[in-house]
Amino acid sequence: MFDFSYRFQWAQAMRHLPRMLEGALVTLEIAILSLVVGIAIAVLLAVARDSKYIWLRAPATAWVEVARNTPALFQIYMAHFGLGSFGIYLSPYTALLAGIAFNNAGYLAETFRGALRAIPETQTRAGRSLGMGQAQTFRLIVMPQMFRVAFLPTTNQMVWAILMTSLGVTVGMATDLTGIVQNLNARTFRTFELFAIAAVLYYLIAKTVMLGAQLIAWRLFRY
Amino acid sequence: MIEIEKVYKSFGKLEVLKGIDLTVNKGEVVSIIGGSGSGKSTLLTCINGLEPIQSGRIRIDQTEVHARSTDLNKLRRKIGIVFQQFNAFPHLSVLDNVTLALRKVLGMSRREAEEIAVKQLEHVGLGDKLKVYPSRLSGGQQQRMAIARALAMSPKYMLFDEVTSALDPLLVGEVLDTLKMLAEEGMTMICVTHEMGFARDVSKRVAFFHQGVMAEIAPPDQLFGAPQHPETQKFLSKVR
Ligand SMILES: Nc1ncnc2c1ncn2[C@@H]1O[C@H](COP(=O)(O)OP(=O)(O)OP(=O)(O)O)[C@@H](O)[C@H]1O
Ligand SMILES: [Mg+2]
Repeated sequence: MFDFSYRFQWAQAMRHLPRMLEGALVTLEIAILSLVVGIAIAVLLAVARDSKYIWLRAPATAWVEVARNTPALFQIYMAHFGLGSFGIYLSPYTALLAGIAFNNAGYLAETFRGALRAIPETQTRAGRSLGMGQAQTFRLIVMPQMFRVAFLPTTNQMVWAILMTSLGVTVGMATDLTGIVQNLNARTFRTFELFAIAAVLYYLIAKTVMLGAQLIAWRLFRY
Repeated sequence: MIEIEKVYKSFGKLEVLKGIDLTVNKGEVVSIIGGSGSGKSTLLTCINGLEPIQSGRIRIDQTEVHARSTDLNKLRRKIGIVFQQFNAFPHLSVLDNVTLALRKVLGMSRREAEEIAVKQLEHVGLGDKLKVYPSRLSGGQQQRMAIARALAMSPKYMLFDEVTSALDPLLVGEVLDTLKMLAEEGMTMICVTHEMGFARDVSKRVAFFHQGVMAEIAPPDQLFGAPQHPETQKFLSKVR
């Protein structure tokens, strides 16, 4: 039945908290970078997917399809081991970042594309009528409104990006929260305590990022 | 001078403009009236090059709008257009709605742009709404903001597309007064309108559109007093 011989030793596990906090910072860093890169690419993909040129549409569609319909783990694996077959060797850190950014871009591209549909064509016409170019009108008039429409679904992807970083351990990532906990666990066997603390830290990172996003939204979307 | 010569325009198979000829001289106000779907809005969007045309030509101060070599972004600086739906930029304050193109198109500094914008907004009675977002404005106020936004670019020509038709009757007056003021200042304008009183008062000529054709054009006294074309007579008898 149950084995009650496991003794909780929280004090011992808590001694490792500083190391874990360092790992949490790395996790936060990867999440934020992957979001910034992912959002930038997603905007381009969203536009490209509705382009009249097939040579823009096709690769963008392929990206979105792969990102959304294959496991995130597989995407990170490909970034690390797969690209190696082409002579491109990414460190675990870069591979993890690239894999998550790839995933973020694919999901957010669809979110943004939906948001673009919600912005009336007349906004573009009004911008062009004032003498603004096509790119300028998109950047100054359409895109800001798109971000507002897409804000809530985007925050889902933010949380998802944070949690995905834990997959880095599969490509040898050792400095993020999961990597560090994994190592500590191998040495101390305080499995439950360590992973429980890590879970709380992930929760706090997610809340921090959400709070940050909300502050930005509050500052940006006053209308 | 705006010169429109034998302009044909189709959306797919639907022929919307069937050989429009119209010349608008400097300082002249021409109103366009006509039934729904007769092509009035389409003509305005052809004039500023938002819509391509199938044949014919439109020239503005000798520049052919639809020539490949024409820099439309530059040409549009001289042509202000105000749409039926106000098309305020919802994410920008009233002031920023007006300064945006001044800064990004004409390259003005924020200070220069704001000086002009404030003047234009005061001119249309919105001097106390600078920091407000468009969603907090009434329809009439949004429409006046759109007018100020276009005028801030100091265009030589203004195109107005039924700028009062989305407004409730109480607000129509304030917007029409703004247009009258402009006409008195000597602005060259084409006004698509359903306001016959306005067309009669401010225009030098009134054009009647019917199914993509300019059936009749004449000074207001003549067009309203003694319309020649049977369709004009029919239309006027209905709207009165
Ligand atoms: N972008 C478009 N695509 C296809 N058809 C269009 C488009 N814009 C206008 N049309 C069609 O062209 C015709 C003329 O439209 P237009 O908007 O110029 O009429 P209008 O005279 O301005 O009418 P209203 O008084 O109702 O505004 C209509 O039959 C309309 O359905
Ligand atoms: Mg119309």
